[in-house]
Amino acid sequence: MLNSKIPAGPLETKWSKYKSTCKLVNPANKRKLEVIIVGTGLAGASAAASLAELGYKVKAFCFQDSPRRAHSIAAQGGINAAKNYQNDGDSTYRLFYDTIKGGDYRAREGNVHRLAEVSGNIIDQCVAQGVPFAREYGGLLSNRSFGGTQVQRTFYAAGQTGQQLLIGAYQALERQVALGNVTMYSRHEMLDIVMIEGKARGIICRNLVNGELERHFGHAVLLCSGGYGNVFYLSTNAMGSNVTAAWKAHKKGAYFANPCFTQIHPTCIPVSGDHQSKLTLMSESLRNDGRIWVPKQAGDPRKPNEIPEEERDYYLERRYPAFGNLVPRDVASRAAKERCDAGYGVGTSKQAVYLDYADAIKRYGKIEAGKKGLSSTDEATIIALGKDVVKEKYGNLFDMYQKITGENPYEVPMRIYPAVHYTMGGLWVDYELMTTVPGLYALGEANFSDHGANRLGASALMQGLADGYFVIPYTIGNYLSDEIHVKPIATDHPAFAETEKQVRERIEQLMNIKGTQTVESFHKRLGKIIWDKCGMARNEQGLKQAIEEVRQLKKEFWSDVRIPGNVNEYNPELDKANRVADFIELGELMCLDALTREESCGGHFREEHQTEEGEALRHDDNFMFVSAWELKNEHDWQLHKEDLNYEVVKPSQRSYK
Amino acid sequence: MEHKHINLKLEVWRQQNSKAKGDFESYEVKDISTEMSFLEMFDVLNERLIKEGKDPIAFDHDCREGICGMCSMYINGRPHGPWEANTTCQLHMRAFNDGDTIVVEPWRANAFPVIKDLVVDRSAFDRIIQAGGYVSVNTGNAVDGNAIPIEKDKADAAFAAAMCIGCGACVAACKNSSAMLFTSAKVSHLALLPQGDPERKSRVVNMIAQMDKEGFGACTNTGACEAVCPKEISISNIARLNAEYLSAGLTS
Repeated sequence: MLNSKIPAGPLETKWSKYKSTCKLVNPANKRKLEVIIVGTGLAGASAAASLAELGYKVKAFCFQDSPRRAHSIAAQGGINAAKNYQNDGDSTYRLFYDTIKGGDYRAREGNVHRLAEVSGNIIDQCVAQGVPFAREYGGLLSNRSFGGTQVQRTFYAAGQTGQQLLIGAYQALERQVALGNVTMYSRHEMLDIVMIEGKARGIICRNLVNGELERHFGHAVLLCSGGYGNVFYLSTNAMGSNVTAAWKAHKKGAYFANPCFTQIHPTCIPVSGDHQSKLTLMSESLRNDGRIWVPKQAGDPRKPNEIPEEERDYYLERRYPAFGNLVPRDVASRAAKERCDAGYGVGTSKQAVYLDYADAIKRYGKIEAGKKGLSSTDEATIIALGKDVVKEKYGNLFDMYQKITGENPYEVPMRIYPAVHYTMGGLWVDYELMTTVPGLYALGEANFSDHGANRLGASALMQGLADGYFVIPYTIGNYLSDEIHVKPIATDHPAFAETEKQVRERIEQLMNIKGTQTVESFHKRLGKIIWDKCGMARNEQGLKQAIEEVRQLKKEFWSDVRIPGNVNEYNPELDKANRVADFIELGELMCLDALTREESCGGHFREEHQTEEGEALRHDDNFMFVSAWELKNEHDWQLHKEDLNYEVVKPSQRSYK
Repeated sequence: MEHKHINLKLEVWRQQNSKAKGDFESYEVKDISTEMSFLEMFDVLNERLIKEGKDPIAFDHDCREGICGMCSMYINGRPHGPWEANTTCQLHMRAFNDGDTIVVEPWRANAFPVIKDLVVDRSAFDRIIQAGGYVSVNTGNAVDGNAIPIEKDKADAAFAAAMCIGCGACVAACKNSSAMLFTSAKVSHLALLPQGDPERKSRVVNMIAQMDKEGFGACTNTGACEAVCPKEISISNIARLNAEYLSAGLTS
């Protein structure tokens, strides 16, 4: 039976009550306790720094050459916080409510309220670290809007908010490295969890430079290893982002929750050809000012600037007048797919829609002209002034678009199409962020906890940092207080030796296949299966087929993959093979999860379950639960249901009209 | 966007490990779409090498959108290749013409030893940050974010310095392999903000000491670093670092 350990009592006092009653570890004992942290993105770096500051002995691991490069760095638009600096009606409750509603009523109330409560502390902490957020002329912090909300609560640093927040957390981490409280292991990949007497007690990892396997002990293990969007091969994730750490945990008994809840981001640069290795996001913040449209005439051959205003279909503004271009991501993505599938797509592939800045440039230009007392100036001057404003707000994004596509977005509308961006699903965790394996935690995107079936923009950074800075420092004490008598276990313990042996045998098995097909080619094929059948729209027949195809692919992979080079050396193809093997197994579970959830909610759209207007149709009577999957055997999972109880919010059909 | 397909000759640095002696190897790549990124062209080549039973070329890369700072190729004598304000991963093949020869090398600096082929060890940068590139504030100590107003110009200037992605192109471009642009960007970011003020003197002194210890060379103000920086970090940061360093020495 799953116990989410949500504290009793009124929603708004759960977290404060927890904090004042959870068990503590005294400073002298903290120094004797060791914590392993896998991954150094926002969740991992903030947890490593905060736990080390408290006095725990921390070992942190990342596969990149420096913790500063974790993929949180690529987050563009911003971070939400219920500060209400804009006096526009924001509050902790509203942020909580927007997040629950945005998640289509598939997230836990208790967790989400805690997230909203600590959101303001995150901004304060980051400012104190020297994170250079955007500011107004009065010297105070600036905000902007994001999808799925009607207030301005998003803090940002141009289009590089993730970078600035991560550098802040990274610097805090490096400070602890300098103080000797954190030992950092870069270019290391975790390949298994070591279990001793039913508790997570360490990891086996591969030193990616020399190929050696290493054993590391910890009283507790924290997985902050990010999401699994790269199961689709093409996604906005970094090339190295992978599910391996989470998947190994799953194989060691950690339940995997809601794996089919994946977020397809509406504004990405479209695929240009078969060579494509990844997709690039254009920040959601662009939907603040840009307008999305397609021609009213299907297959219109004209260039966008030749299509007159009355022949354009601003379909989001038409379908959702209240939120317009700022509807949540799942809604915007499906609307784009609907137009393209109906034949209105643009560009050579016809799998794209326009994101147009012409109106915004004129609007800003007029404001600037007014400020400068040039109210009767000519159109060209207004446009020039407007371009300057847009450049200041979004310059780096526009430059990126131009580099990738060769087109100038200040002159012609950008072409965009949805792409895989984030995974709401992940390791099941309780209120304390512990998985179903004692002593094993999951933080940030690696867990499933806060975003339900759809994440709102600018909430991933918030959740990663909430987990690392403000949740785990309390909740881990509640576990470690009972571990103070456990002496560090030597890594020659049989459990370490046995786990390392299994890792070594798997690597040798992979290397010995010596087949004919590259790792990359398998990954591409897996991605196509999952994208076509478990992507933006899913149906029973497709999912059943996908499961068969993925199983077949697994057989083929394990009999015909070709990995060059040797084990005991720098070998990125071997690392990739380890990851792709895990992605294949995850792919099957995703399809199974999507198949059993016979409703539509958030990013999970089952074609059989939609309203007459084509919106997602939930079935709260049968599916108001978290699906937590336990691995029994190969191809065999048992479903555990965690019922979701809405005590405060009354779930309703989401409407953004 | 119009595109075409081109054929190219590559001269790529191959080096088995840090101790081995490296050399250039030639490769022909054919039918490369000008819509590909430079790294995708390498992906295509590596897929072919694997199928031919050869060792693929090792190179660092991750986000492929110009922000993680992992990619690091020295292309035709210039870090990150011919485009201004660009990383290797954002370089696209339309930058080249049919029949071109492209020479690709790793970052070359004593402080950045080669791990394999085009992959180098940049952990020296982490150690420079460890020497003082932070504000000593523990989690939970912070006051309200708006309690410290910061002039917009200063916040913007701090952000411009903080945009550094730590790729090391500045070091690779410098004839002395100096890390001054990298170090000065962090010193400037924090010196421009009130939060960084209490540790201002020790920070600059300690970070420079670490930089020297790592074996980076001295700065002779040639400006090569600024010219190749993918984030256009200004050389004026080096002037600020020098002023900070001088002032720390005079007043300590």
